[in-house]
Amino acid sequence: MQQTHRLRRLLALGTAGALSLAVLSACGDDGDDEAGGTVQLTIATFNEFGYEGLIEEWNAEHPDIQVKQKKLGTWDEAKENLYTKLAAGSGLSDIEAIEGDAMPAILAESDAFEDLTDPELDGRWLDFKAEGGTNSEGQMIGYATDAGPEGICYRADLFKKAGLPTDRDEVAKLFPTWDAYFEVGEQFVKKVKGVAWYDATGGIAQAMLNQVEYPFEKEDGTIDVENPELEALYETITSTVEKGLSTRNAQWSDDWVAAFQNDGFATMPCPGWMLGVIEGNAEGVKGWDLADAFPGGGGNWGGSYLVVPKQSKHPEEAKEFAAWITAPEQQLKAFAAKGTFPSQVEALDDETLLSATNEFFNNAPVGEILSNRAKAITVQPYKGQHYSDILQAFQNALLRVDDGSASPEESWKTFLSDVESLA
Amino acid sequence: MTSDVDAPTGESATADSPAGRRVRSRRRNGQPGDRPRLTRRPRLTRRQRLSRWDVKLSPYLYISPFFLLFLVVGMFPLVYTAYVSLFDWGLLSGKGEFIGLDNYRDVLDDPVFFKALVNTISIFLLSSGPQVVIALVLAGLLDTRLRARTLWRMSILLPFVVAPVAVAIIFGNLFGDEYGLINNALEGLGLGQVDWHTNRFASHVAIATMVNWRWTGYNALIFLAAMQAVPRDLYESAAMDGAGRVRQFVSVTLPMIRPTLIFVIITSTIGGLQIFAEPRIFDDITATREGGPNHQWTTLTMQIYNYGWGRSRDLGEASATAWLLFLIIVVFALANFLATKRFAKGGGR
Repeated sequence: MQQTHRLRRLLALGTAGALSLAVLSACGDDGDDEAGGTVQLTIATFNEFGYEGLIEEWNAEHPDIQVKQKKLGTWDEAKENLYTKLAAGSGLSDIEAIEGDAMPAILAESDAFEDLTDPELDGRWLDFKAEGGTNSEGQMIGYATDAGPEGICYRADLFKKAGLPTDRDEVAKLFPTWDAYFEVGEQFVKKVKGVAWYDATGGIAQAMLNQVEYPFEKEDGTIDVENPELEALYETITSTVEKGLSTRNAQWSDDWVAAFQNDGFATMPCPGWMLGVIEGNAEGVKGWDLADAFPGGGGNWGGSYLVVPKQSKHPEEAKEFAAWITAPEQQLKAFAAKGTFPSQVEALDDETLLSATNEFFNNAPVGEILSNRAKAITVQPYKGQHYSDILQAFQNALLRVDDGSASPEESWKTFLSDVESLA
Repeated sequence: MTSDVDAPTGESATADSPAGRRVRSRRRNGQPGDRPRLTRRPRLTRRQRLSRWDVKLSPYLYISPFFLLFLVVGMFPLVYTAYVSLFDWGLLSGKGEFIGLDNYRDVLDDPVFFKALVNTISIFLLSSGPQVVIALVLAGLLDTRLRARTLWRMSILLPFVVAPVAVAIIFGNLFGDEYGLINNALEGLGLGQVDWHTNRFASHVAIATMVNWRWTGYNALIFLAAMQAVPRDLYESAAMDGAGRVRQFVSVTLPMIRPTLIFVIITSTIGGLQIFAEPRIFDDITATREGGPNHQWTTLTMQIYNYGWGRSRDLGEASATAWLLFLIIVVFALANFLATKRFAKGGGR
């Protein structure tokens, strides 16, 4: 009897102790893995930044500042993570990558980020990229990484089946305008059964939106989605869905990824960073090429920034690293690795960039083509702090048309009420 | 607490003894010959006092870790959520003005909330129902004399230990609309494809499948544990009365494991109304994983997340939704309680 009582008490004590220990340790600091004066930095990226080799290079040269990369699949995941941890006040990486479209929203939260202004870096970036990373008080919050000048990627083998030209110079002549692009598409889907013309409705929407001066917001930042230009754009895109030009797959979905392996579509808008994505998804598929053309003039899709949250315990080192990795020399190496087109002035007429070719895309001179595409950009759309959120709602509107769960008119109405709830 | 352990043998044994014995032992400790005055209690020694406290306090101390933890991680969030729900409260902007019940009105005015409510109940019915039935049958089979019994019993729990990410990949491949395994098979058989990510009901079936795949084995093990406690002689007498296997299961096993059955039904109701991970993983369509472009499979817990961390980043509306969900679960739990009470009476334990 005595024995068991004592045992029971001890057990109870032990359990209580273990519980309180667990609670205590859960509350404790999650530990800064600093060892012997080395600073550990983390950089959070999404998609493919092409930074793997560069980080190795930095780590070898800076034994006292070691950098680790955390990769997420898409920007939308990164965005969610970013906002959650901003609200929590902890947990962000020392350096966070921000998608260009969301940069205005980040600038609106400038207080949470380090001022990275550095006179030495004046003139490093293309003007529109530098402006995009600077807030209304003139502080540079983000260092630009890449830009997203777009060409058209196409499957030469499928073009051949449809009796279309396959040579990239000839193909380039097919798409002076969006109307022309969609018309060729209609011919194509009639000749090649079961293959769509473009990869995703949302992708085409992005490409077209990036040529509109005021897509969702007025110059003063107020939301204005009921403007004639956006309405016309919506109508054009949804009508091509009905004509069977779209795969109707959501961009980045499993079906979208699988379509690369199943001859799902023949063309897609191609900013530099997309080259790496296609190469990954379409591994083993032959016939991809890049045309030096873009419907409706040039367009910039994406291109990101690096920011240093105030949460970082090593802002100085983080800033130093961000400045280093966004320097022209480094960004050129990232371009070689994953096709992310540099946004640094000096890099643009660099010989290694201009002479770069890509074996997967039938040895296309991707450096030269994307440089030409960058020069063709005439419109930089106004993107206010709601741009990224409205874009998500707009994409959802197109998805409802894609999957047939709503008519274009119904879906537009839902979009309007979605936007309403943002304000 | 350590002093309790040192307490002398006589007293320490009183810790869990009934009150009657405690009185007797006290009398024994009183001075012999000196008749105790009933009006005044005898002065207790330090040890005796400790012992009395031990008797009175210890049980509460033993159960206190749970209640303390519950206070911190259960009660506090519940109350604080109610507080937040009365304010204009942004994810980044923080606490704003007091707006009373406006958040509740906004949520109830949102058509998506009702869509989510219907989705939640539909997915709950499609998952919890089949789950309990299949788990019962599985447990019944595992309770028989099988070769390599432990192997079967272990493997039934396998889905439960597979990482959710791996589950997402597997089911993403199965339920792809265009290039999914199931649709490919249906196509091969000459049947039409199912629009898993478009058709509202089909999406619920797909999600319920993921939920059932994960939880059926777990529930089956709980049932199995209960079934093993059923005295074997009952089966012997049933067999002597000429009852077959099925009859034994229905007339002996089921009534005998009724308390476990009730437990599983209630926990799976609570879990089923809070399904979050599966439908979210299932949505590889919208960038924000909000439950389909037309909210075909948004559940209420997802809607809490969508309000708070989605585009509107409104913690006030998120909290209001959380409270509405809480009330809904209370209603379901009450209904369950009443139904099972009847069920328990009907069996005549």
